[in-house]
Amino acid sequence: MGLLTVTSPHAHGPQSVTRVMRAVLLATLPGVAVMTYFFGPGTLLNIIAGGLVALALEGLVMRLRQRQAGPYLRDYSVLVTSTLLCIALPAYTPWWIVAVGVASSVLLGKHVFGGLGYNPFNPAMVGYVVLLISFPVQMSAWPAPRGLAEVPSLGDSFVAFFQANQYDGITMATPLDLLRQNQGELMSELTSSRAQFGALAGVGWEWINIAFLAGGLWLLYQRIFTWHAPVAMLAALTLSALLGYDGGSSTSGGPVMVHLLSGATIFGAFFIITDPVSSAVSNRGRLIFGAAIGVLVYLIRAFGNYPDALAFAVLIMNFAAPFIDHYTQPRVYGQGDKR
Amino acid sequence: MRKIHDIHGGIHPPERKALSRPGELQTPPMPGRLVLPLSQHIGKPAQPVVAVGDQVLGGQLIAEAEGPVSVPVHAPTSGTITAVDRFAIPHASGLEDCCVEIAPDGTDRWVELNGIDDYRAFEPSELVSLARNAGIAGMGGAGFPTAVKLMAREGRSIDTVIINGTECEPYITADDTIMQCQPREIVLGAQMLAYIVGAEHIVIGVEDNKPTAFAAMRDAASGIDNRIEVVSFPTKYPSGGEKQLIEILTGKQVPSGGLPSDIGILCNNPGTAVAIYEAIANGRPLTRRIVTLTGEALQNPGNFEAMLGTPISHLLDAAGYRAEQNNRLIHGGPMMGFALHSADIPIIKTTNCILAPTEQELPTPAPAQPCIRCGMCAEACPAELLPQQLYWFARAKDNDSLEQHNLFDCIECGACSWVCPSQIPLVQYYRAGKAAINEARQEKVRSDRSRARFEARQERVEREAAEREAKRAQRKAAAQRKAEGSDGEDPVKAAIARAKARKQAEESTE
Repeated sequence: MGLLTVTSPHAHGPQSVTRVMRAVLLATLPGVAVMTYFFGPGTLLNIIAGGLVALALEGLVMRLRQRQAGPYLRDYSVLVTSTLLCIALPAYTPWWIVAVGVASSVLLGKHVFGGLGYNPFNPAMVGYVVLLISFPVQMSAWPAPRGLAEVPSLGDSFVAFFQANQYDGITMATPLDLLRQNQGELMSELTSSRAQFGALAGVGWEWINIAFLAGGLWLLYQRIFTWHAPVAMLAALTLSALLGYDGGSSTSGGPVMVHLLSGATIFGAFFIITDPVSSAVSNRGRLIFGAAIGVLVYLIRAFGNYPDALAFAVLIMNFAAPFIDHYTQPRVYGQGDKR
Repeated sequence: MRKIHDIHGGIHPPERKALSRPGELQTPPMPGRLVLPLSQHIGKPAQPVVAVGDQVLGGQLIAEAEGPVSVPVHAPTSGTITAVDRFAIPHASGLEDCCVEIAPDGTDRWVELNGIDDYRAFEPSELVSLARNAGIAGMGGAGFPTAVKLMAREGRSIDTVIINGTECEPYITADDTIMQCQPREIVLGAQMLAYIVGAEHIVIGVEDNKPTAFAAMRDAASGIDNRIEVVSFPTKYPSGGEKQLIEILTGKQVPSGGLPSDIGILCNNPGTAVAIYEAIANGRPLTRRIVTLTGEALQNPGNFEAMLGTPISHLLDAAGYRAEQNNRLIHGGPMMGFALHSADIPIIKTTNCILAPTEQELPTPAPAQPCIRCGMCAEACPAELLPQQLYWFARAKDNDSLEQHNLFDCIECGACSWVCPSQIPLVQYYRAGKAAINEARQEKVRSDRSRARFEARQERVEREAAEREAKRAQRKAAAQRKAEGSDGEDPVKAAIARAKARKQAEESTE
């Protein structure tokens, strides 16, 4: 009768890598939709093109590594990497920026270490940092948000993508750029004189961050990750910003709301630092991991050379994750208070 | 009202308990043969006391306990011994072991049974030997000799007896059924257990997915002794793990590497409590048990009161087995049970369930994908371990790190594997890791022993050589002393001297 003799447990829950990755992709939708509303279809185009490049590279590498490509392509993990990277890119970047970034993420960030599950660094952030250091001009050219300029059309985005030298879009400093570049001004002067600042933080950016928050909370509800790292990061960033904000003098570090709802803060807290592979493993470890990222983000924004800091903060803490793991082994049942 | 504590982790797999209709007990037809393994428990196998051709009666001793950690075996019915030989036993590896085979004669004649009317008139130690002689081993799954658990030990006192009516494994309803059908016997058995170990409290824990069993136990307990607590608590796998249940009911944790008795607790299965009651009140040895036969490959799943030694194939037939739909046969539940190699294997004292699922029901496991370190396993682990770290260490065969990360506190409940999105057979890695460490320990003991033996031999050889040398020196010295003993003169010289003296005397007289 050919009985199967496998070991226990014989039952398996409904969870799978594919489901996890698909949930993450779905959860980016609100944020991407709001980005598209404010900046036009550029980000969408990047995500689609980047995804195709990522799938092609993944298939190629799997053939080179003499593995079956099918299961690895179907688990959506490489699409998550490319999508997260493309969300972080300025909306109207030339195609080769997207290609170089995705290739760096997939090859340098992931496969040189052994592929899915073996990468010590967040692959999307590896690609992002490669681009940021190599092509600083293109990487800081964020378009002006809806309300401050006309939003580019689909045709414009194709031009920007394929013929960057023909594209003439309106770029504008982001609120974080303004904070970085105008440290001589009082905060009240800065926020009132620049159109980029909105009700809570920056025009457009505040809604983008809120939309990513919605997606992140949904992932939390789906138990794709635990609350520890995001909450710790946001709490640490809030605390740092509170300590650094002296009421708005010229040396002040920027209001708390601007820090929380600008740039990559919420996107990073829920979609980047929650990457399980490259973060700390225990809940206590994830608290430390997240909090350290929150502090680093603030320090780099306030004192560093870059207006935003998430990618660097994440990569630095990826280095530290094994060290955190070593010191945060949870207490085991029956082991008393011994740690 | 007893405070209910929560345990870390746990999962909620589909329970599928209604499938086997808990509370209805069926009796299978008399099997054509019974195969009774001599080792149905943890410890030394029993020694057969019958030979092929012997006629035996139900309840007759057919194999006696060998040493203190062992359990005797009794004939479940009258018949003829047809073999004392090796047969396949319930074991994950398809192991064969020594068994006694009986051909029942169908008359079911029994030896005379002598129970005790008032157990309180007896010393606990006398009751322990009754339990031992009745062949009782823990019926929840592990099969530890119950008498050993009951024996008084110095420096330990038990204050609470817990009856573990959790039955958290999906599908299984054997304990549910015994709680519904024999609640009075469970309560009386629990009282006997408490008397034997001198415990003041009796707590009967039932998961809240068994309201009928809970009500039956509560009614039985209040009718007998209203100090007995019957407690219902939320359903979660693996709440029925002994350590987990103890934490749920008392808030205390069994120390790592220790036993419940270290914190004053004795934990027993309801089936074991009934067996104790039967052994003491009726003098009846353990020869039958309730087995759940379930799974969608059965037409008539249910709970069967079966004689120990009944071939599983016989019970499957009674339950309407559809072999062509069955993808695997599981001894135990879907979470911790093991797959059998064939149905030609007997049920034993620890067989609580035979699960015959279809492929659709419990699909063949998908190939494992890479670990993405998501940590869902750590969230699910009831022992608060880091399963994925253990997985990496097990793959790297890093035994030191495995021990440092408390591999031996893993209860192999399978919750980590169940939640793993990459479908990694984590528990199998831990079993292999534990086996490797145990083997290394034994290897170390062996090599220590042979080193000690070698050194002892070396020392003996040297000592003997030294002794021989000393003896030779002694002999030499003795010979010398003997030679020098006659005033220290050389006998030859003395003789020459004497001859010279005589010659001189002769010359002088001439």
